[in-house]
Amino acid sequence: MKICITSQGSTLDSQAEERFGRAPFFIIVDTETGSFEALENQFAGGSGGVGPKAAQLIIAQDVKGMVSGMIGGNAREALLAAGVHLYAYRAGGTVRDALDRFNKNTLERVA
Amino acid sequence: MKIAVASGKGGTGKTMVAANLAFTLSQTCQVTLVDCDVEEPNLHLFFPAPATATDVTVPVPVVDEKICDHCGACGEFCQYGALTVLRDRVLFFPELCHSCGGCTLVCPKIAIHEVPKRVGIVTCAIPLPRLNLVSGYLDAGSPFAVPVIKAAKTATVRDSLVIYDSSPGTSCPVIETLDGCDACILVTESTPFGLHDLQLAVDVADRLGVPAGIVINRSDGKDQATLDFCTNHGLDVIMTIPFERGIAAIQSRGDLLCRVRPEWQKAFSALYGKCCALAGVD
Repeated sequence: MKICITSQGSTLDSQAEERFGRAPFFIIVDTETGSFEALENQFAGGSGGVGPKAAQLIIAQDVKGMVSGMIGGNAREALLAAGVHLYAYRAGGTVRDALDRFNKNTLERVA
Repeated sequence: MKIAVASGKGGTGKTMVAANLAFTLSQTCQVTLVDCDVEEPNLHLFFPAPATATDVTVPVPVVDEKICDHCGACGEFCQYGALTVLRDRVLFFPELCHSCGGCTLVCPKIAIHEVPKRVGIVTCAIPLPRLNLVSGYLDAGSPFAVPVIKAAKTATVRDSLVIYDSSPGTSCPVIETLDGCDACILVTESTPFGLHDLQLAVDVADRLGVPAGIVINRSDGKDQATLDFCTNHGLDVIMTIPFERGIAAIQSRGDLLCRVRPEWQKAFSALYGKCCALAGVD
């Protein structure tokens, strides 16, 4: 299954990013194979409406789970409507750490 | 003659100047006073009178899901993130929509039409024989002040002598208020904050091509920094109102300086004359 983790950089060893819409990168990981792809967030520096714009980008990737620090109301509504499950990661570690915790099922599911 | 009263910094006395200027002018001629501070309109406190209200609406899109094939063109076009296109439906976030109408134009299926959404009201009252008061009120929770200001200005477009009381700051609502005015009065106070924000407001008026004059309110006599700034930028100080408890007391009980102390009407008449001079009219 594909999940997305918000990140400050383009690798699994980058710091996980707590913000959703303004995250510099989205790391799309296949949890079965561990392979990943980094998507640069073109909306990160936008003036407004970045949450739902970023959500649209994630929805197009057909991910089943979204891991981030906090997700705003509009983006949350869009992701939930698309059937994406939302998980909170606020431990301040790397993308790899967030992925490990997701795989061990220790992340809090927020919606 | 259209005069805007703006400031940069909040609480410098825009409403006080606008209300007293309008009151003074209404003693001799027909004048319209417009409250463009639609997030916190307060001119009606100084001119209580029964008012009639008209709704202000903006167009927002409605997607006909029977026609829409969820191609995503509208969501891709919308710069504000107001439309998110899912596989089976389109989500609309009304508070993000700027009513640009672009989604209706880019939809290849013509599946989007617009409906009006209320964002505020404009009220009209006649509190004094020669004074019309027009006030814009933004609905609580509505993020866009500009359409309400625009509606208030449109309601007064045929009036020949209009005073617009602006919101503070230098963002869109202020720009909408100043746009098209013949002159503007920038009200400041003898504080570093007053001067800092005055500099920003002067820049806005300059870029909009609206000639500006400066009113120093609550002057404690230590105005040298403001006076120097005005000199350096070729700006005239067209009125100075002293820092005086008596004046504050009149204002804070909802009365007007020019009504309680009619001798001030001369100063406000002179202020109007200076605005006409700024605008280049007699």
